[in-house]
Amino acid sequence: MAVKIVEQDLHEEFQATIREAAANAKPLQIIGGGSKAFYGNASEGEALDVSGHSGVIDYDPAELVITLRAGCKLKDVETLLAEHNQMFGFEPPLFSDQATIGGMIASGLSGPRRAFSGAVRDFILGVKILDGRGDVLNFGGRVIKNVAGFDLSRLMVGAMGTLGVLLEVSLRVIPKFETEATLSFVHETAEDHIQWINELGGRPLPLSASMWHKGQSLIRLSGSERGVSSAIEKLGGESSDAVWEQLKEQNYPFFKGQTSLMRISLPPTTHFQLNRDQLIEWGGAQRWLQGGSDMEVLRGRASHFHGSLCIFRGSSETHPAFQAPDDAVLSLHRSLKSKFDPARIFNRDRLYLGL
Amino acid sequence: MTASKKQQEDPLAADKMLDKRNKLADLFRRFLNRESVIDQTTSLAAYECDGLSAYRQTPLLVVLPDTIEQVQQVVTLCHEHRIPIVSRGAGTSLSGGALPHEDGIVLSLAKMNRILNIDQLSRTVVVEPGVRNLAVSEAVQHLGLYYAPDPSSQIACSIGGNVAENAGGVHCLKYGLTVHNILGAKLVMPNGELVILGQQSLQSQGYDLLALVIGSEGMLGVVVEVTLKLLPIPECARVLMGVFDDVEKAGNSVAEIIAKGIIPAGIELMDNPAIRAAEDFVKAGYPIEAEAILICELDGTEEEVEAQITRVEAVMKAAGANETRLAKDEAERLLFWSGRKAAFPAVGRISPDYYCIDGTIPRKTLGVVLNEIRRLSEEYKLPIANVFHAGDGNLHPLILYDANNEGELEKTEELGSKILQLCIAQGGTITGEHGVGVEKIGEMCVQFSELELNQFHAIRDSFDSNRIMNPGKGIPTLARCAEFNAMHVHNGELPFPELERL
Ligand SMILES: Cc1cc2nc3c(=O)[nH]c(=O)nc-3n(C[C@H](O)[C@H](O)[C@H](O)COP(=O)(O)OP(=O)(O)OC[C@H]3O[C@@H](n4cnc5c(N)ncnc54)[C@H](O)[C@@H]3O)c2cc1C
Repeated sequence: MAVKIVEQDLHEEFQATIREAAANAKPLQIIGGGSKAFYGNASEGEALDVSGHSGVIDYDPAELVITLRAGCKLKDVETLLAEHNQMFGFEPPLFSDQATIGGMIASGLSGPRRAFSGAVRDFILGVKILDGRGDVLNFGGRVIKNVAGFDLSRLMVGAMGTLGVLLEVSLRVIPKFETEATLSFVHETAEDHIQWINELGGRPLPLSASMWHKGQSLIRLSGSERGVSSAIEKLGGESSDAVWEQLKEQNYPFFKGQTSLMRISLPPTTHFQLNRDQLIEWGGAQRWLQGGSDMEVLRGRASHFHGSLCIFRGSSETHPAFQAPDDAVLSLHRSLKSKFDPARIFNRDRLYLGL
Repeated sequence: MTASKKQQEDPLAADKMLDKRNKLADLFRRFLNRESVIDQTTSLAAYECDGLSAYRQTPLLVVLPDTIEQVQQVVTLCHEHRIPIVSRGAGTSLSGGALPHEDGIVLSLAKMNRILNIDQLSRTVVVEPGVRNLAVSEAVQHLGLYYAPDPSSQIACSIGGNVAENAGGVHCLKYGLTVHNILGAKLVMPNGELVILGQQSLQSQGYDLLALVIGSEGMLGVVVEVTLKLLPIPECARVLMGVFDDVEKAGNSVAEIIAKGIIPAGIELMDNPAIRAAEDFVKAGYPIEAEAILICELDGTEEEVEAQITRVEAVMKAAGANETRLAKDEAERLLFWSGRKAAFPAVGRISPDYYCIDGTIPRKTLGVVLNEIRRLSEEYKLPIANVFHAGDGNLHPLILYDANNEGELEKTEELGSKILQLCIAQGGTITGEHGVGVEKIGEMCVQFSELELNQFHAIRDSFDSNRIMNPGKGIPTLARCAEFNAMHVHNGELPFPELERL
């Protein structure tokens, strides 16, 4: 049965709330489905529930573009796309059936496919937002190529709702692959895995995901029947269960019961010695480990390698979620924030303390 | 729009200008060697214009720094003295992005053309901004890797210019634009400070400043170093040409191919005038009687490509192709492409001048848009050849004109503007890949509201409080819009009132 997505336009309501909050300099917390509430720092203020602002504005599969109100449930949208044999190329995590499109953009999280077909920011084409004055602004568009004006739609990705309320988003979609297969290989150490997977990355193979945990490397191949089967022949390895959905949703055993979780983002081939259990994705660019008292030490090491450490779950005021960038970049953040949200009402502190 | 093309000739002003030029040259020579500061009128002439040669302006000076530190020194000095800076890569911009400012300097990145590091394992390369686009792929070819964005100007254009314009190419439907293939950059901010943007780590954190700088047309700083992502060269690439007696049928078959779940590596459409011009120039074997051809490249493993060719052939035939031709070998594949890649110069041979439009439309509106372009071409009595990045909806109508005919350039620009406004009315945009520059600054007033334009200016001020970086380009002032609207909106009516606004 075809999925039904509720049509409801609440932007005028939001506008009134924002104008009142701005006039009184009262903070607001923008809330979609609450599925990623743990991500980022604690914020303050009244809740602005945007999940009711829902509906498909435009979807023509042959254009490879979908335009949605930001309150649409990600799950429903994925079902809709699947009905047309399409999907989001960045494999976004849901973490709950309540997850919304707006939250997907604001958190900017991508799944296992990221290293091979791109991140959220690679697929966003345009946005309509309400800024901190309650003004409706449109940036980008609904076409795949567009260089008119500064690229302010990509600026919304990963901004954690600090720049405005997303009303509508246009995204590029991709066709589903004909077939997928998962292969398993043995690599004792993280270094061996990283060397191997990056060598594979330099060959024309239909790779679409990789992970390493406890001496086991898993890869996923996606493509046409013939493309995938010939790659399997070339690579060997053991056929294995598709763990990717579990990995994306963090239901994979490694993640079970973790209340404190760190994500280290690094240039993929970095040798980053760790003496504890870690799970590696994205060819080495994303490494997960349990939280510990050494977070700040690891932060220092990560930035030494041009990377960063995020306290994905379990951040606190003393150990904020995101690593503060250097002064020049931070002051650009402050300045940009003030241009979108002069009264500083949206999601205070959520991205960086004081922003 | 045309007044700016002539320099004013007030003798007093000329004296003052020379004086300023000399003083400034002395300041720059304190840290740059003699030949890195160009102040002779004859040598300055080479920098008067970019690929949009209808616009010309002699700059005060041209400087050619050799290192990041020197760029910082140049920018700091200009920041202090509020001297406009126009960065320049190879000068192939088609929108006047690198057009000099009369009171400013041109900062050429031509000397910074070194490839700094190739990392085979992580498939990245670090380059200075003046490196030519094609030079990157040439430097890594022996490793089985390449840099995907391939603008038709790739033999000449620079990576810095590609970043500033978010350049695309015939392969960007599958492999993305510049923004999808850049991992990081170093930027000298308009106050001279150096910032590092982006991470090679694939999960960006905070605001995506790298994306903001890409496509910002030299208004947010000088890009001085870029980390590029490389891809493995596909095992196999084949080209199929579809021959059609109707442009719309060709357009429809593109939608059909994509609806079948196939994303071609490239899919380009040319109409009859473009086919004839290209065939006459490079003898690519194009059928000159055809109303349209589609050049469709499929890549992947041998097996995949073979399977796709069969499917694409069937779709083209079903959509009404008279004929399909498969390039029999690599030489013929390159030959099929050569006509498309040389389309601009080919049109340049059959007409004294041509003017390239860069609008993008939702593909489904192709039929409406092409019919309207044909009608406008007849109304203005100016022939138009169409080449089209059909996969992503990016049109390049080429208007043929002769600048020596009194008033013809103005007529051409008016026609171009109508086409762009048509693209906006159809839910598209005024520029897909060539940028706004000086050329499309008026049409920005149609595409964006006053509030949105103000927001762009505010963002720019976050980077460049003195507004010294490429002033007058990219984003119109509201005064400029008032002027444009007075000229273009007749009786309070927007252009194309009969077309539904998306
Ligand atoms: C025949 C022909 C075919 C073309 N085909 C394509 C195509 O297929 N796809 C496409 O996208 N474009 C195409 N173009 C347009 C042009 O080649 C691109 O826009 C290219 O990216 C410009 O690079 P450049 O080095 O020549 O930049 P320039 O023309 O020198 O400068 C362009 C803009 O970038 C700024 N800039 C340059 N370097 C820097 C830097 N280091 N830091 C900050 N700002 C900088 C300049 O100030 C200017 O605003 C074509 C042009 C021609 C003449």
